[in-house]
Amino acid sequence: MKLTLYVWRQKSAAQEGEFRRYDMQEVSPDSSFLEVLDLLNEQLILKGEEPIEFEHDCREGICGCCSMVINGRPHGPKKLHTTCQLHMRNFEDGATVYVEPWRAAAFPVVKDLVVDRSSFDRIIQSGGYISVNTGSAPEANSVPIGKEVIDTAMDAATCIGCGACVAACPNGSAALFTAAKISHLGLLAQGQPERYDRVLRMVDQMDKELFGSCTNHGECQEACPKGISIKYISMMNRDFIRATAARVMDPKGAMKAQ
Amino acid sequence: MGLVRNFYRTTVGKKVVMAVTGLILVLFVIGHMGGNLKFFAGIDAATGTHKLDHYAAFLRTMGSELFGHAGVLWMVRVGLLVAVLLHVVSAVQLSRLSMAARPRSYAVQSFRSATPASRSMRYGGMFLFVFIILHILHFTTGTIHYQGFEHGRVFANLMSGFQPWYVPMLYVIAMAALALHLYHGVWSMFQTMGVTSPAWNNGARCIAKIVAVILFVGFSSVPLAAHFGLVEGDNTPTAMAAIVER
Amino acid sequence: MQFQLDAKIPSGPLDRKWSKHKFDLKLVNPANKRKYTVIVVGSGLAGAAAAASLGELGYNVRCFCYQDSPRRAHSVAAQGGINAAKNYRNDGDSVWRLFYDTIKGGDFRARESNVYRLAELSVNIIDQCVAQGVPFAREYGGLLANRSFGGAQVSRTFYARGQTGQQLLLGAYSALSRQIAQKTVSMHTATEMLDVLVVDGRARGIVVRDLRTGRISTHLGDAVVLCTGGYSNVFFLSTNAKGCNVTATWRAYRRGAGFANPCFTQIHPTCIPSSGEHQSKLTLMSESLRNDGRIWVPKQAGDKRHPSDIPESERDYYLERRYPSFGNLSPRDIASRAAKERCDAGFGVGPGGLGVYLDFADSIKRLGRKVIEERYGNLFEMYESITGEDPYTEPMRIYPAPHYTMGGLWVDYNLMTTIPGLFAAGEANFSDHGANRLGASALMQGLADGYFVVPYTIGDYLARSGPSGLGSDHAAVASLEREVGDRIKKLVSLNGNRTVDSIHRELGRLMWDKCGMSRNAAGLREALQKIPAIAERFWREVRVTGSGEELNQCVEKAGRLADFLEFAELMCIDALERNESCGGHFREEYQTPDGEALRNDNEYCYAAVWGLRGTEGGRLTHDLTKEPLTFENVHLAQRSYK
Repeated sequence: MKLTLYVWRQKSAAQEGEFRRYDMQEVSPDSSFLEVLDLLNEQLILKGEEPIEFEHDCREGICGCCSMVINGRPHGPKKLHTTCQLHMRNFEDGATVYVEPWRAAAFPVVKDLVVDRSSFDRIIQSGGYISVNTGSAPEANSVPIGKEVIDTAMDAATCIGCGACVAACPNGSAALFTAAKISHLGLLAQGQPERYDRVLRMVDQMDKELFGSCTNHGECQEACPKGISIKYISMMNRDFIRATAARVMDPKGAMKAQ
Repeated sequence: MGLVRNFYRTTVGKKVVMAVTGLILVLFVIGHMGGNLKFFAGIDAATGTHKLDHYAAFLRTMGSELFGHAGVLWMVRVGLLVAVLLHVVSAVQLSRLSMAARPRSYAVQSFRSATPASRSMRYGGMFLFVFIILHILHFTTGTIHYQGFEHGRVFANLMSGFQPWYVPMLYVIAMAALALHLYHGVWSMFQTMGVTSPAWNNGARCIAKIVAVILFVGFSSVPLAAHFGLVEGDNTPTAMAAIVER
Repeated sequence: MQFQLDAKIPSGPLDRKWSKHKFDLKLVNPANKRKYTVIVVGSGLAGAAAAASLGELGYNVRCFCYQDSPRRAHSVAAQGGINAAKNYRNDGDSVWRLFYDTIKGGDFRARESNVYRLAELSVNIIDQCVAQGVPFAREYGGLLANRSFGGAQVSRTFYARGQTGQQLLLGAYSALSRQIAQKTVSMHTATEMLDVLVVDGRARGIVVRDLRTGRISTHLGDAVVLCTGGYSNVFFLSTNAKGCNVTATWRAYRRGAGFANPCFTQIHPTCIPSSGEHQSKLTLMSESLRNDGRIWVPKQAGDKRHPSDIPESERDYYLERRYPSFGNLSPRDIASRAAKERCDAGFGVGPGGLGVYLDFADSIKRLGRKVIEERYGNLFEMYESITGEDPYTEPMRIYPAPHYTMGGLWVDYNLMTTIPGLFAAGEANFSDHGANRLGASALMQGLADGYFVVPYTIGDYLARSGPSGLGSDHAAVASLEREVGDRIKKLVSLNGNRTVDSIHRELGRLMWDKCGMSRNAAGLREALQKIPAIAERFWREVRVTGSGEELNQCVEKAGRLADFLEFAELMCIDALERNESCGGHFREEYQTPDGEALRNDNEYCYAAVWGLRGTEGGRLTHDLTKEPLTFENVHLAQRSYK
């Protein structure tokens, strides 16, 4: 099949970028989208041009590296897929495809389609953990956790940290990412002692990273390759309100959620 | 105070402020619409005045034993003003944050779940803000009333105020904007307050739809009925002429 | 280089060795710990766990990964689960049984003491992960669930849907993030280690390249831990992430570390077959599929009928036929080889006849579609998305693919390599899996090494040897940085007419054909002839664009391939030297009459530890040192899963 690609090329964060057109012939419908970029890159290198830099690693939809918006949709047209899992049979022969990086102030472009997502790491560092030192854990089965609870936590924990939610959000909000981690830990018995501190700290850090605010469009859950629901944003909001109320009632925090 | 400031400093805190003030405003407009429907209640046979005017008088006299004439009314007005200001200020602040968060837009724009309602919140909100000011100047102060505005004669003011065709048109458009705003806003309020759950989510969506439709129909009925003379009351040409003359 | 190998295996009975050893290990005074800098390279399960645990202990840790976030290390892709001898199922499991299964699964080519420690620590790992919030699957009663895995007759595998590796890594990553926030660990993402600094026989730091700016710098430390994974990408097509490479361990080898059993590679039986030339990597599907899927090929060679048109009587369920007691749950090496055997004999299905069926029809009939969907839904979706076929209605096609490497840097019981101060943990070392790794054991080993072994043994090393004391103004620092910089410059200057990937594909195809699932002496000799020629073509014909002073994936790939080209030779040399078949190393000359691996315990019951001798005529030469393996607690037997 044939393909016309318009790919965002940007030499560095400091320089302006632009779309460049590439016409592809003889693309196999069985190849993945990234394999088409591989092919294009091989052609570019042999012409002495610089290949398109794009982030990729596992190529099976779990590492969360790929970060491109394809025809206006993060990870392309197929729901519940990452770019690396996208195959060309999802495109029509002769299609025109625009490929751009995630666009968000919190994800500055490094080069071409590569963006800097360290803001996500800092959100996790602000509280996305349970404080347990190696060696101090109790016997695993000493705390039973209901199957429905663990399933709901797992639905949130499945986040791969790709940033598609931010890329899709018209406001560039990281609410879904942050909420998924807060809910994953907040639902579990092990996560209770730090539950309120965690939500306050993580929301605070999220705001410091120049993300926009959630206006409940729901675009994030449509773009999420793991199908994480915006119900977790609601849960985060609820915990945030409760945490603040708990702080007001009980500034020393002795009556934290247990 | 520090806690409140910290709370408001976050995006979630601002959203909660928007949700709470939004809730106050929604409850107000529902009550307002209920009052408006007195427009269709006709003339009180005993006093010879329209029941809507009775209702308007009641709004001033309620609670007067305790708070003096129109005391409660003014408290409500101040409360609403504060709610509107908070709603608008947080909206402006959040919008600025969000616009800064996406410095460059995509070459291809593609929405999957964002609705015209959710995407028009900012612009619809701005329009409604302007409308509210016009509406107060129109029927509360009478400043921009067509002609013959008289305090306390609400029914007559409505009948005359809606005579030029563009006035009811503006009102109906504004009510459509309100309905659109609330269709997303009411559901969004539940989501922001953290009271949605998978089971309750459809319920919240449903409430939002019902509120939007009822308000649109209820509010729009008055200007249309007034303009087209579809209502019982002193809407006879002679009475109208008398009002205009006066 | 010949080594005086001392595995430092503690004396005493097997089940007391680790506790005795822990007591014998020297401790670093808590107040002194922050004066020591430990460098951890890699942020997968072993690296993140080690960095977090060392940080918690109070060491000054620096952690490096080439990805843009530590959460993306390839451990994230492990699907099936993690073994632990909890015996929650009451089905007769025990530390001893896990130990025995692992030794036997590894075809008796692993060290007893290390494997026993691994089995012991497995239970602590589950406790630790649960406490971190890892959402392992649970029963309705709220207690942890288990599933079965290949090579075991007990149900001891803990799992989080088909994303166990991801969840365990996120657990370790969250612990690491906590330490980063507490400033005990400084994290260097998008940074690739390109050399180890060895001065006066001790590892004292690493030289790295910042992948975003190209800046080359040295990080000095008192100990270095390599947790840099395996080298399956020597085959180009493998289930590893595209970035996985041998550079860190190979550079350590070139600085004097021993490399053990490089020919022990694992070919995973349940991968999605390649669909054509454009293929850039192979996708694995969890082995857990074999719990409910039945593997078969048509009884008639070259049968082109649609699978649903082939009646039951004309299907050959060859694993069930050959290994009645383990059947579809036979260990990986056996299942992979059996598939290759059928395909080579012309019974394969799909494009090029490189595939066998994995059929769920019976299970769907027995358990209902819903149960199957619950167990494997995401894997089925993945299969459908890649192949465009619906595995609920027609059988999957699978084919083996390179997946894991048992070989790695030689380490002693303390996980220290032959270079003092240089440790290796996780897949990067050779220690626990012998010639074949059992399913769900890689996660276990990475975490055991990272959480529970390295933090102790590094303390002992530091307490005994004291601070490194090397200043950044030492001449060796500047000279090594220059050397690394020159190598980058040389790569950037390559201006031929081929791409790095095309050479890598060429190397990969050769390695797959000659040093893949089965090997023979003639083929290996042929490979040893051809690899230098490919390497020569690499240096002559490759084109690298851009500069070294920016983000340039072309340079990164070229550097990694240059190391793979050197390493591939050693792999073949090792495979040629080992004149026996064991585990994943199947030498066609050495098999039983019915085609099973034929071990030679008299001559090859050792770990082959290679050391760099020097360069002769532009080629590297290597020396072999043998670490004899002694089995005091298990009886060496032919591995049978019949």
